[in-house]
Amino acid sequence: MSFAQSTLRLDGCNVSLRRGGKGAPLLYLHGAGGAPVVLPFMEQLAERYDVLVPEHPGWGLSDEPEWLENIHDLAYFYLDFLRALDLKNAVLVGSSMGGWLALEMAVRDCSRIRSIVLVGPAGIAAPGVQPADIFLMSPEELTRNLFHDQSFAEKMLAQPITPEMVDIQLKNRHTVARLAWEPRLHDPFLPKWLHRIEVPVKIVWGAEDRILPAAFANEFKRLLPKAEVEIVPQCGHLPQTEKAEQFCDIVFRFAG
Amino acid sequence: MQVILFHLMPYAALDLESARKHGTVWVKLPNSHFDPEIGHRLYNRYLDEMEYGEELGFDAISVNEHHQTAYGLMPSPIVTASALARRTKRVKICILGSALPLRSHPLTVAEEYAMIDVITGGRLVAGFVRGIGAEYHTFGVNPTFSHERFHEAHDLIIRAWTEPGPFAFQGRHYNVQYVNVWPRPYQKPHPPVWIPSQGSRETIDWASHPSRRYPYLQTFSPAKVVARYLKMYRDTCKGYGYEAPDSQLGWAVPVYVAKSDEDARREAKPHFEAFRNVFVRMPIEMLLPPGYTSRESYKNVLKAKAEMFADITIDKAIELGLFVCGSPATVRRKFEEHWREMRFGNLLVLLQFGTLPGDLTRRNMELFAREVMPGLKKLGMPVEGAAVG
Repeated sequence: MSFAQSTLRLDGCNVSLRRGGKGAPLLYLHGAGGAPVVLPFMEQLAERYDVLVPEHPGWGLSDEPEWLENIHDLAYFYLDFLRALDLKNAVLVGSSMGGWLALEMAVRDCSRIRSIVLVGPAGIAAPGVQPADIFLMSPEELTRNLFHDQSFAEKMLAQPITPEMVDIQLKNRHTVARLAWEPRLHDPFLPKWLHRIEVPVKIVWGAEDRILPAAFANEFKRLLPKAEVEIVPQCGHLPQTEKAEQFCDIVFRFAG
Repeated sequence: MQVILFHLMPYAALDLESARKHGTVWVKLPNSHFDPEIGHRLYNRYLDEMEYGEELGFDAISVNEHHQTAYGLMPSPIVTASALARRTKRVKICILGSALPLRSHPLTVAEEYAMIDVITGGRLVAGFVRGIGAEYHTFGVNPTFSHERFHEAHDLIIRAWTEPGPFAFQGRHYNVQYVNVWPRPYQKPHPPVWIPSQGSRETIDWASHPSRRYPYLQTFSPAKVVARYLKMYRDTCKGYGYEAPDSQLGWAVPVYVAKSDEDARREAKPHFEAFRNVFVRMPIEMLLPPGYTSRESYKNVLKAKAEMFADITIDKAIELGLFVCGSPATVRRKFEEHWREMRFGNLLVLLQFGTLPGDLTRRNMELFAREVMPGLKKLGMPVEGAAVG
């Protein structure tokens, strides 16, 4: 399945968008590391869905708008995005910070959202569980900590790094800090309004997640009692990469 | 030239071996390494050293702020400055400076500085800094808002000192219905503001602006880096349409003086190397969190990373001019050479560094004050008898 790349202008911001496949719309919301390339799981999802993979404002090839100061700004932007593209009954798939973003969107307005898949989502605090301090990790440490199966990390680390990639890494890191430095990777007021999410929610978590430990899933389950939780064994922070087939099966089974 | 005694108050009793194992003495070195009884002796020793600075004829004593680190035991430089306020009579007291963005309410700085200024009858120099990168990790303050918070806190403090209160302040980070600081500062219109920095274009543009003309101090950098930034400051002033007087430029540098060059190197070696290679050290991610510097500056640091983050010997540090060390004649000559090149009107000397013990610190202070300082103070002064009639 081939993805087309385009640039979309919305809210005064140019956003890089990759889109491929046919079917109901599926909006993939990437995490802190961005979505610089089309990954195998996106191709697989595109066999059944119209998959949209934007790079968030502040990441990758997208602009860094002045209005982007917190996660709420990004949530409103994506609600505008759903409206601007007239996406209806969209499946949201949000990984890590993208999961947090999906929740912030959904507590505000679920009218264009059919269901939500959260993959190792950030967004809440959980007693006794601490996210890893991604800001104190070197790029190599961070890459290694993303995966349980280190062959994925090795492959990523073996790629040559161009100056453009360094620029994008620094840009992404800046935006992540802007939105998630403090409170670290969560919004303390979000739990108050999670009951507003009336669409089905699936939570997928790598059992060996070293960035956001899978113990966070218990707190999510408490706050979203109707959500289904699936823990993926032998898997780190990015099940969609590390266990792509299994991950896509979970999405297909859940979202239809 | 004004000569200022600068002290960091490090935890000199640090177990260097285990500090090395932790990789840094910042942020995460467990505070079980701090022994309060040793701390008690160190604080009092350091305060004695600073007070002795007045007797030795320094123009000012300078303190600064660092948090959760063995590098410096002054999380509140206000406390140190307050202790000095009543024990000294003549010297200026420089707080270089308070980390404005780390404060949740900048008016507390306006108030505390004003108190010290009034108590000392106008001997305060008010330094403002952003805090170093590591402190954004320890305090959790978002580094991507660091510049914004700094500028807004600065504006609020200056207005609180100069405009009749009460007035309302509306900002993006601070909102105050009634700004009405008691006491008002002693100095008019307010205590002089100095800006210490490790070197940044943004800071230089801001400090040198004609509406501020704040003295800029380059801290702990190789001499050629100091020269580059001081020149950048002067050039920026020229771009703004004025010539910066020497008094607007300063250099902060560790110094060690002994009888001979050989003695100086031998005595200072373990203590300076502990300072440079243990106390100062931290990984780049800790030093420069996102937004703390521009991404261009970050990339420049990345390029120089191998050199900046590796251990260096005292000999290399002396060669780089990161450390000025030697006999009185050598140290005097080096500063005269540097001064001729850079024309800084303020020299801040760090005469205790790392693990340097009390006896060597005192001897260093005495030799510097008696045999080096008098000549330096005359630099930039009009030559006697040469005054135009």
